[in-house]
Amino acid sequence: MKKPLLQFTEKGIYCSAAKVYLDPWKPVDKAIITHGHADHSRYGHKSYITHHRNVPIICHRLGEINVTGIEWGKTFTINNVKFSLHPAGHIIGSSQIRVEHKGDVWVFTGDYKTENDGISTPYEVVQCDTFITECTFGLPAFKWTPQHEVMESINNWWLENKAEGKTSILFGYSLGKAQRLLKCLNPEIGKIYTHGAIENMTKVLRPLVDFPETTLITKETKKQDLLGNMVLAPPSAHGSTWIKKMVPYVTGSASGWMTFRGARRRRAIDKGFVLSDHCDWTGLLESIKATGAEKVICTHGYSDIFSRYLREQGYDARTEETQYGEEETTEIEEKIIT
Amino acid sequence: MKNFASLIKTLDSTTKTNTKVAALAEYFAKASDTDKVWTIAILSHRRPPRPVNTTLLRQWASELSNIPLWLFEESYHIVGDLAETIALVIPSNPLQTDKSLTEFLEEMILLKKKPEEKKKEYLYNNWKALDYYERFVFTKLITGGFRIGVSQKLMTKALSKATEINEDILAYKLMGNWDPKTITFQELILEENENDYLSKPYPFYLAYAIENEVNDLGDVQEWSAEHKWDGIRSQTIFRNDELFVWSRGEELVTDKYPELEKLVGIIPNGTVIDAEILPYANNTIGTFNDLQTRIGRKTVSKALLKKTPIILKAYDILEWEGNDIRHLPFIERRELLEKLFETISATEHLPIQISETIHFNSWEEVAKERERAREMYSEGLMLKRKDSPYLVGRKKGDWWKWKVDPLTIDAVLTYAMRGHGRRSNLFTDYTFALWNTNEEGENELVTFAKAYSGLTDAEFRKVDAWIKKNTLERFGPVRSVTPYYVFEIAFEGIALSKRHKSGIATRFPRIIRWRHDKKIEDANTIEDLKSLIPSTSITTTE
Repeated sequence: MKKPLLQFTEKGIYCSAAKVYLDPWKPVDKAIITHGHADHSRYGHKSYITHHRNVPIICHRLGEINVTGIEWGKTFTINNVKFSLHPAGHIIGSSQIRVEHKGDVWVFTGDYKTENDGISTPYEVVQCDTFITECTFGLPAFKWTPQHEVMESINNWWLENKAEGKTSILFGYSLGKAQRLLKCLNPEIGKIYTHGAIENMTKVLRPLVDFPETTLITKETKKQDLLGNMVLAPPSAHGSTWIKKMVPYVTGSASGWMTFRGARRRRAIDKGFVLSDHCDWTGLLESIKATGAEKVICTHGYSDIFSRYLREQGYDARTEETQYGEEETTEIEEKIIT
Repeated sequence: MKNFASLIKTLDSTTKTNTKVAALAEYFAKASDTDKVWTIAILSHRRPPRPVNTTLLRQWASELSNIPLWLFEESYHIVGDLAETIALVIPSNPLQTDKSLTEFLEEMILLKKKPEEKKKEYLYNNWKALDYYERFVFTKLITGGFRIGVSQKLMTKALSKATEINEDILAYKLMGNWDPKTITFQELILEENENDYLSKPYPFYLAYAIENEVNDLGDVQEWSAEHKWDGIRSQTIFRNDELFVWSRGEELVTDKYPELEKLVGIIPNGTVIDAEILPYANNTIGTFNDLQTRIGRKTVSKALLKKTPIILKAYDILEWEGNDIRHLPFIERRELLEKLFETISATEHLPIQISETIHFNSWEEVAKERERAREMYSEGLMLKRKDSPYLVGRKKGDWWKWKVDPLTIDAVLTYAMRGHGRRSNLFTDYTFALWNTNEEGENELVTFAKAYSGLTDAEFRKVDAWIKKNTLERFGPVRSVTPYYVFEIAFEGIALSKRHKSGIATRFPRIIRWRHDKKIEDANTIEDLKSLIPSTSITTTE
């Protein structure tokens, strides 16, 4: 039997025909990278190929690396295997990777979402035979509300807190969620302060997107300055002394996990907003259908459950273990810069 | 219903007591009288019987949301709450409805007797018409059990704020048997009606665990000490030639302990006794495990009564000659209790004993007695200030529990299950194993206890992430994991048990700490665990 075009190996997703890895989790010679989150773009590869909007992100995170930036839709060939990057809509510069060899087309989604968030280039359907999809939220319990509605409730929440003379602290990953929130916050309500991790990442992205003004919180920032204003912070800052100094404050978190009542209470967050950079149940099913793929490989998330459902729907679907889906844990270990 | 759903949402979305009390007080100030009675009933676990069983609920929810039943079940395992799962998976298409909480509950009561297709129709219509949060609350009313961090105490406080009636008086009014279907707010809360008080217990006074050194409690002579019995806290009421036995969970359990009927006519009317229900076969106090066979049963068979009889171990008296004597100093109440025991001592084999006061001259002597707790089948000591009145609820200062240090053992994590409620979606319910040498002489890990508390949220997240990567097999919601991590497990009691694979039952097992320093080879053995069983132990539970 001939080798499949992409294989799941110890080091990552491997294309043996081109001797290239997609989002590998162990150091390799050549890596094509979908996006800048730490579980997809790791240290130690000899060369990186990624979309040019992702280049400043991974250079910021990984330091001096050998990286090539590519346009969307532009085909590049390695050992007769054709590769191209297509927007995934997950965060700024996030791509799906299309791989074609001898008429066999595979697409690896990395992470993706179908809703246009206004800052990431919107997700684009790519026709393929085999679709490697994430399924972080692959359960019928997950249904997203349109972004403008969620953002309206976030801005209203900010207004209410301001009326009570409290500081609003909103948690979101420093890469992706923080900028998505920032873009939609209403600067007319008050000033937007940032945690160091978010300020630095946003600074990297300012040349690409027009964001409202932010102010970095420093040792000199006074508690009174923050009252009624908004603070954007990574989830890892929750419960830290950095936050405790901001009393009186109210905390909110914007994440798909906020769907569950338990998730919010477990993290002792005052207010949960369901806002995700991944697909919801319907988003996953619709995008899979749109690709025309017969074979579906489910990676991180509720992959067992999701692939079983797909099989019942007539797909040739299976699960593969990867080391993705650890944004949260890696984020927690991210050093708090104060 | 809108107001009630929004109340629940507010209560559920804050951890701050003041916010909860304020939200409840505001609700009580605005709601109709019948809605108020129902809200009090629901928050004090007096909901109407479940009109539809959960099997049908799951089946219909999966049909209405157009997903296979197995997928609904999987989602339920992950969400961790049935009503929440139903509210999430059913497509939302809300219509305006202004039906009140009372109307919904009245419909649910009638629903119980209706044929299945009518029930299905009722659920479909409401599930479809309500918005997400109302659908959740509506389904919760059907499945029961609102666990939203509102204690009886908190609710009473809010009610007191809204009605300006004293909290302790309200606590008393809310106890006992009352039916939200028939009682009015006027009768329940506002009116004084002595006749209703026949079966009413007094609110229990609960002790906190001692925080510092006992010496800090001051002069030892100001304190009274007795063993802290490991049974069921109860209040036994003798009024009007009738007997009422209440458990601490405010449940009337008279029917579960028929042997106590013997006391009617012997203990005078107008007496209320605070006591522990203890298993007492062959004139020896048994373990909590023995008692467990009595707790679960709805009907008590003669065989069971013979095998596991119970007694009351009495430690306080709250009503004497028809008078509420809770304001008297503990020492005076104790004298009345002793006097009562003198008058009944002529009758033999009564299922009641006095909890003996321990005599001592120094804290060191008290500490020594505490060391004897395990052989006495007690959990440690109770320290009560001699001049203390009988207070309402959990209060610091006058009563302290001074438990013996728990037994501990190092065990290996072998299975994990997703938690519920706050911990749904995280693997937080663990099964632990100890080493045992089997018949072939091989060392194997044998399951001995389950525990789901004792780690910090951060530790749970770490263990959870590790479990997800180190799963060996999946059995529905349960995963077996590579034996790798060792945890120190503490427990209060230990007894031989035929029901357990390890042959041993432990009481209140919980995680004390994560032993990063130990490898699985360093974990304890079943033999080590057995050696902790007190030598006086003779009982074995089935």
